[in-house]
Amino acid sequence: MNKPFSGNNSRRDFVKGTSLLAGGILAAPLLSRANFFSGSDDTIKIAVVGCGGRGTGAAMQALSSKQNVKIVAMADAFKDNLDNCHKSLTEEINNSIGELAKRLDVPEERRFTGFDGYQKAIALADVVILATPPGFRPIHFAEAIKQGKHVFMEKPVATDPAGVQSVLATAAIAKQKKLNVVVGLQRHYQNSYRELFKRKDLIGDITSAQAWWNNDGVWVRPRKYNQTEMEYQMRNWYYFNWLCGDHITEQHIHNLDVINWFKGGHPVKAQGLGGRQVRNGKENGEIFDHHFVEFEYADGSILNSQCRHIPGTMSKVDELLVGTKGKIFCGAAHIKDHTGKLIYQYDTKLENNPYQTEHDELFAAIAKGEYKYADAENGASSTMTSILGRMATYSGQLIEWDKAINSGIDIHPKVYDWNAAPPVLPNADGYYPIAVPGVTKYF
Amino acid sequence: MKASSFIYAQENNFISYDQPLAGSNLRFKMVPIQGGDFFIGSAENEKGRNTDEGPQKKITIAPFWMSAYEVTRDELDVFLKDESTSQNVSVDAITRPSPQYVDLSWGMGKEGGYPANSMSQYAAIMYCKWLYQKTKIFYRLPTEAEWEYACKAGTTSAYFFGNNASDLDKYAWYEKNSENRFHKVGTKLPNPWGLYDMLGNMTEWTLDHYDASAFEKITNNEFKVAPSLVKYPKTLKGGSFLDPAMDLRSSKRIHSDPIWNRRDPQIPKSKWWLTEAKQVGIRLIRPLNQPTEEEIKQFFKAYLNL
Repeated sequence: MNKPFSGNNSRRDFVKGTSLLAGGILAAPLLSRANFFSGSDDTIKIAVVGCGGRGTGAAMQALSSKQNVKIVAMADAFKDNLDNCHKSLTEEINNSIGELAKRLDVPEERRFTGFDGYQKAIALADVVILATPPGFRPIHFAEAIKQGKHVFMEKPVATDPAGVQSVLATAAIAKQKKLNVVVGLQRHYQNSYRELFKRKDLIGDITSAQAWWNNDGVWVRPRKYNQTEMEYQMRNWYYFNWLCGDHITEQHIHNLDVINWFKGGHPVKAQGLGGRQVRNGKENGEIFDHHFVEFEYADGSILNSQCRHIPGTMSKVDELLVGTKGKIFCGAAHIKDHTGKLIYQYDTKLENNPYQTEHDELFAAIAKGEYKYADAENGASSTMTSILGRMATYSGQLIEWDKAINSGIDIHPKVYDWNAAPPVLPNADGYYPIAVPGVTKYF
Repeated sequence: MKASSFIYAQENNFISYDQPLAGSNLRFKMVPIQGGDFFIGSAENEKGRNTDEGPQKKITIAPFWMSAYEVTRDELDVFLKDESTSQNVSVDAITRPSPQYVDLSWGMGKEGGYPANSMSQYAAIMYCKWLYQKTKIFYRLPTEAEWEYACKAGTTSAYFFGNNASDLDKYAWYEKNSENRFHKVGTKLPNPWGLYDMLGNMTEWTLDHYDASAFEKITNNEFKVAPSLVKYPKTLKGGSFLDPAMDLRSSKRIHSDPIWNRRDPQIPKSKWWLTEAKQVGIRLIRPLNQPTEEEIKQFFKAYLNL
């Protein structure tokens, strides 16, 4: 293929070049407004939707992507979150990359709060970072694609089967519109995992796998005087399934996703066990503190998955793939045969920062006007895998993929409003209803 | 070999002792380091020398005790699990680090004498503050000069055992023998003053903010580095289980870098834990002449802003 543009050409030149070449070698039609950067200069404008620690981190990585990018709008349900994010970004930019005014331009009138702020923020950008609690992802992703924007969205991409279906439908539209979508399952952007994946045939056919996310767990945000139930749940979101999906979805998805990636598909059924033995206070909402799930793939191979949030227990976050000829140890970044002989070792000194690479690659593609990334479908599939696991541990039943994904199960509020009732409510003592295996039923 | 004593010990009991750690059965050994003079930095003809190791300057060091071993994870865990201390708040004078998002010992070992690792310098100094509250004794990180003085132990060669890197295996865990992991503290031979793992195993935090041309500014045998709340770069010493022999030289200066926390996906990044510094550890000193309570308060204020 010939090289129509030199590396130094501006995006404006690219747009001109594209029109010259219309109908020529560039097969991909540039359908969306976002591809053209129709503003007065060639700056890529970013909106951050969800301004917590991770949203702020993602925003900083976008700014560090070496493209001409600027954050122009921010949205968060809470004003204090948004302002803290703006403050942290200001400090980070001043301390590292500099040129604050060129990077961060979000005056009060472009800071949007409440449940509907995202629509206004998205409208002002070319690229949208979606990093709210995952329960909102399907709605925000749909809006971003409807408005023709490229997307970086954090994992998981939903918390229930209805949300997964919504994301899959939106992913199809994103493809038609040639909008780049990167999902923050960052192991796909990590050198060691990419190199192991290239060599997966060294272990023959994958016959079983193990995945772990066992550690101490995460923060709790205590209830405060005068909070409505909706505000409390939005603040302490990790412990409510409509927002978080339980830790099997919110964290362990990373490990399940790796196994799906190497297997080239998703499980067809799951059964497992779980509960909440230690983390079981009122402040811990409705989620479990441990899950152990046996996932089965179409070829009969098994993934044993465990995730635990209990302080003082053995900590392990890793994946292991077992094949007919050997094993892939993801954490150690090596491959061994069944006698224990090392057959490949990734040089971990060459490891990258995958959180940065996600943004480097996404923004490079956008700057060049390329359509390269369509992660949403895989993101939805891995999200559904984790939800399948949750349904299995909550019910204690064998749960089939087809039945679960088509169940239409929707655990979201009917109305998003600070005074509306969330879908789960505490009893008179402040405790929330908890799933009980053998009693909780989905079908 | 013994350094000339510049400041004579004020107490008769300037001898080794084991410090019990309240809330556990653990004790850590402190050994006395007599005060004296030494030359900081390396000779210009030392193999592998970096320019920041010079010019060599004479420094006078006051006496202190130094921990014979690197701080272990068992010891640090007493702090991490001390329920009587608040966790990760910015208002209390002493606060425990937040839990690690993933296991930052990376499976290398946490119980039974493995070194503590992956902590920020801030977390290391907070540990000292917690120790002060528990023991009423002022422990702190060594300055770069104190560390190098104790490591060299009166020697002037590249390593405290001479210039021959092939002898390292007897004294240190480093790139060639570590198998890419840290090892239990004190499993190699000590230096002449009874300090284990000064070279290798963990690269150790000092108190000092790093300045490549710091030695040029040394006058009157005094190497003073002003406290700084700026996060990077800080000086570390000793090299680690990941490093080649050259980086284990007594005079080698290592400095922290933001890349050590690049894989923390959140902003603000954790002030407690480093995602890519599994080779970083702690060793403590106790100055023989303990500062006043007010001075100790000022010290922690200056380094922790608390």
